[in-house]
Amino acid sequence: MPQVSMTVNGKPATGEIEGRTLLVEFLRESLHLTGTHVGCDTSQCGACVVHVDGRDVKACTIFAAECEGAEVTTIEGMAADDGTLNKVQQAFQDHHGLQCGFCTPGMVMTAAALLEKNPNPSEEEIRSYLQGNICRCTGYHNIVKAIMAAAGQDTSKIAAE
Amino acid sequence: MPKDGGIGDATKRREDVRFLSGTGNYTDDINVAGQAYVHFLRSDVAHGKITGLDTAAAEGMPGVLRIFTGKDFEGVGGIPCGWQVTDKHGEPMQEPAHPVLAQGKVRHVGDPIAAVVAETREQARDAAEAIEVDIEDLPAVMDMKAALEDGAPKVHDDLSSNLCFDWGFVEDNKAATDAAFESAAHVTTLELVNQRLVANPMEPRVAVGAYNRAGDDYTLYTTSQNPHVIRLLMGAFVLGIPEHKLTVIAPDVGGGFGSKIYHYAEEAFVTFAAKAMNRPVKWTSSRSEAFISDAQGRDHVTKIELALDAENNFTALRTETYANMGAYLSTFAPCVPTYLHGTLMAGNYKTPNIYVNVKAVFTNTVPVDAYRGAGRPEATYQIERVIDKAARELKVDPIALRRQNFITEFPYATPVAVEYDTGDYVATMDKLEEIADVKGFAARRAESEKNGKLRGFGVNCYIEACGIAPSALVGALGARAGLYDAATVRVNATGSISVMVGAHSHGQGHETAFPQVVAEMLGIDPGMIDIVHGDTSKIPFGMGTYGSRSLAVCGSAMVRATEKIINKAKKIAAHLMEASEADIEFKDGQFSVAGTDKSVAWGDVTLAAYVPHNYPLEEIEPGLEETAFYDPANFTYPSGAYACEVEVDPETGKVTVERFAAADDFGNIINPMIVDGQVHGGIGQGIGQALLEQCVYDESGQLLTGSYMDYAMPRADDVPFYAVDHSCQTPCTHNPLGVKGCGEAGAIGSPPSVVNAVIDALQSGGHTVTHIDMPVSPSRVWQAMQG
Repeated sequence: MPQVSMTVNGKPATGEIEGRTLLVEFLRESLHLTGTHVGCDTSQCGACVVHVDGRDVKACTIFAAECEGAEVTTIEGMAADDGTLNKVQQAFQDHHGLQCGFCTPGMVMTAAALLEKNPNPSEEEIRSYLQGNICRCTGYHNIVKAIMAAAGQDTSKIAAE
Repeated sequence: MPKDGGIGDATKRREDVRFLSGTGNYTDDINVAGQAYVHFLRSDVAHGKITGLDTAAAEGMPGVLRIFTGKDFEGVGGIPCGWQVTDKHGEPMQEPAHPVLAQGKVRHVGDPIAAVVAETREQARDAAEAIEVDIEDLPAVMDMKAALEDGAPKVHDDLSSNLCFDWGFVEDNKAATDAAFESAAHVTTLELVNQRLVANPMEPRVAVGAYNRAGDDYTLYTTSQNPHVIRLLMGAFVLGIPEHKLTVIAPDVGGGFGSKIYHYAEEAFVTFAAKAMNRPVKWTSSRSEAFISDAQGRDHVTKIELALDAENNFTALRTETYANMGAYLSTFAPCVPTYLHGTLMAGNYKTPNIYVNVKAVFTNTVPVDAYRGAGRPEATYQIERVIDKAARELKVDPIALRRQNFITEFPYATPVAVEYDTGDYVATMDKLEEIADVKGFAARRAESEKNGKLRGFGVNCYIEACGIAPSALVGALGARAGLYDAATVRVNATGSISVMVGAHSHGQGHETAFPQVVAEMLGIDPGMIDIVHGDTSKIPFGMGTYGSRSLAVCGSAMVRATEKIINKAKKIAAHLMEASEADIEFKDGQFSVAGTDKSVAWGDVTLAAYVPHNYPLEEIEPGLEETAFYDPANFTYPSGAYACEVEVDPETGKVTVERFAAADDFGNIINPMIVDGQVHGGIGQGIGQALLEQCVYDESGQLLTGSYMDYAMPRADDVPFYAVDHSCQTPCTHNPLGVKGCGEAGAIGSPPSVVNAVIDALQSGGHTVTHIDMPVSPSRVWQAMQG
């Protein structure tokens, strides 16, 4: 079987794969990084979003073999080594931006990528950027609010506050 | 002000840390050493006779270990139904067999025919494609009314027809209700569809079965809202495994919304196959598979009539509903259109005469069961749409018409067999008018019209019956289980506590909210308290989480168990301080003797319980662990008023939700942050139903909405921020916390106000349309505008 090598969360990772092995399968099954989730099979839900060479990518939409030599960051690589959550993760906890937690890794990775590109997005820009991430629990209210807060915006004036 | 971490505090959720750092433990994250993988070959036709099934070629494929078919399950039990409804003639419902794998016939697209177990997931999938199956197509029964016509093809040959039951509620009300319609000054009639939905928790279902030959015992890991219910149903009815030989574990579960209540064939299969092959077997559903195997929701076709007198008082309500059961009876399917629907038809109003008729029908579709709200959204939608239509016909303000007919005195016995204990519908409506800024609507409409858009305002109320349920009552109504719950409070020697609860948290935040209650009662740091759930080997018993019951029922059991702990701890404290038990006061984690300065701390007492050197051993046992079972005296009745403001683009028919407001009465609140989140999520699903979602089959029974490419899930840009308020609180009178439940309210309360707002917008533009069925899609709105 062919081999693939990449850097995942700052550490070298090598494994045997089939040609059809998806990145998400390689992460979950070979590397046991089960924080990246599979919620659909049509690249719609975004539960599997990771960063590949700094870009947010749906890990169900890319073959593991395509990531030869790439720098991959998953949800497991977002917090500091001592477990301190990064600002996006912390904002999700502070603003109750998650319930069942299943879409959460993809939401956090997508939000982090958005803030990298656009450090001060409007509500409309956030909602638009999240089109590829489905959450069934939160009605998106607290996810959008958490991302606004992570961007340093005052969220005290939005509806219901 | 609430105490830090106590009742009423918006404590941040402790479970978030693992979910945010990728260290949750969902069922698909669990791999048992030596496991094989199963792939199900499923029917691609809606109705047919299996005339040939040849697995020989598939058996020779790489990695294939064994292929199971219906033959392997002859003599094994079928998937049971947990509720028996009695029809209006006193006869039991028709109840078909539901085999684990098809026995000679397939009855919906997705019905499992064979199961391939192989070394890898891919090998199992590849081999399934090599199975040769011949199916003689039979005509599919799709439309409920056509299914009931004489000579219609039958979904189940051994039943007399496709009618599961014809139910009247309350049958004794019928004559008086009909008479009230005869003498009514005005009657408003509405025919509507509450469309079929798919629950779609983001985590697809997974099941891993394992068997230990040495002890002849089984473990099932499964995505369930109620592991004890699965143990009961699968153990007793399907596989004949006694409880002490079967452990069911539901670890982190990624949402449920009802669809993970039921016992499914795949759970029984992996458990059965694990013993048959002496290897663990794992199944992970794909999303496409979920669309054809998860129980679906709603699917009611209804005619509702409202009678009013000359002063616009409601005098009678009459409904006829056709409720789709799908091809088989899922676990709680028969109770959804009956006891979770008919009992709520009074809504928030003092209508004296109500009669509900429900015909439950088998069709060649995926089984239908409870989805968030379950029967109560269907009731609320009908009532609140017909009231709105009546207000427009009578040219009165829809809010004023509602207010005029509100129930205002409690307790209130409805004509449909339930008694509301508390509520204040005037207060929630007052609050709604404030937070929705009703006064500012005219200016906002003028602004929209300036921009070429139509703007509409819609309102509705809701009542729901939660805290399911008093066992004796539901037993009399056909439930085949009790609906109490249980909790064990285990206090350790150092004073830390594990609380084993029968409720299951799959997004609701029990791990944070439940300790808040115990911390408040004991006056100790909530960080000393952990919740254990989801494992039948660790918790005493439990009926699980659905019907907004966790805190009202299981939380009450936890309170009772904690009270027992306090009583025993007082006895120990009295002994330690050489005082009378009657003089012991307990506050903020300190036991003191009334009128003295003597006291001992919580930790002194817990240590004494486990190191009983100085201990009243002749009076009480060592240790500090108590269990309580709690059976509720009544349902709880959360209620509220919701408002939606939409803009309609007259060029395209597209509806945009501009504002949404919800004023709820949930009784007492443990964690307001979590409650807000539950309401937000329910509203998101309700807007999804109103505007986007619909499960569509074609005439031949093919599912046209089989993935997220076709089934329109609400996305972040489909919804606005929501204004929510739960400051109106009339505590439940019959449970110790005074809580009512908040999990389903948003999904129950939101669809009618969205549709009412769309009709208001269109009528403001001069269109005469009085109703559009959900989802109120651009094409439906545009067609309605063309007259």
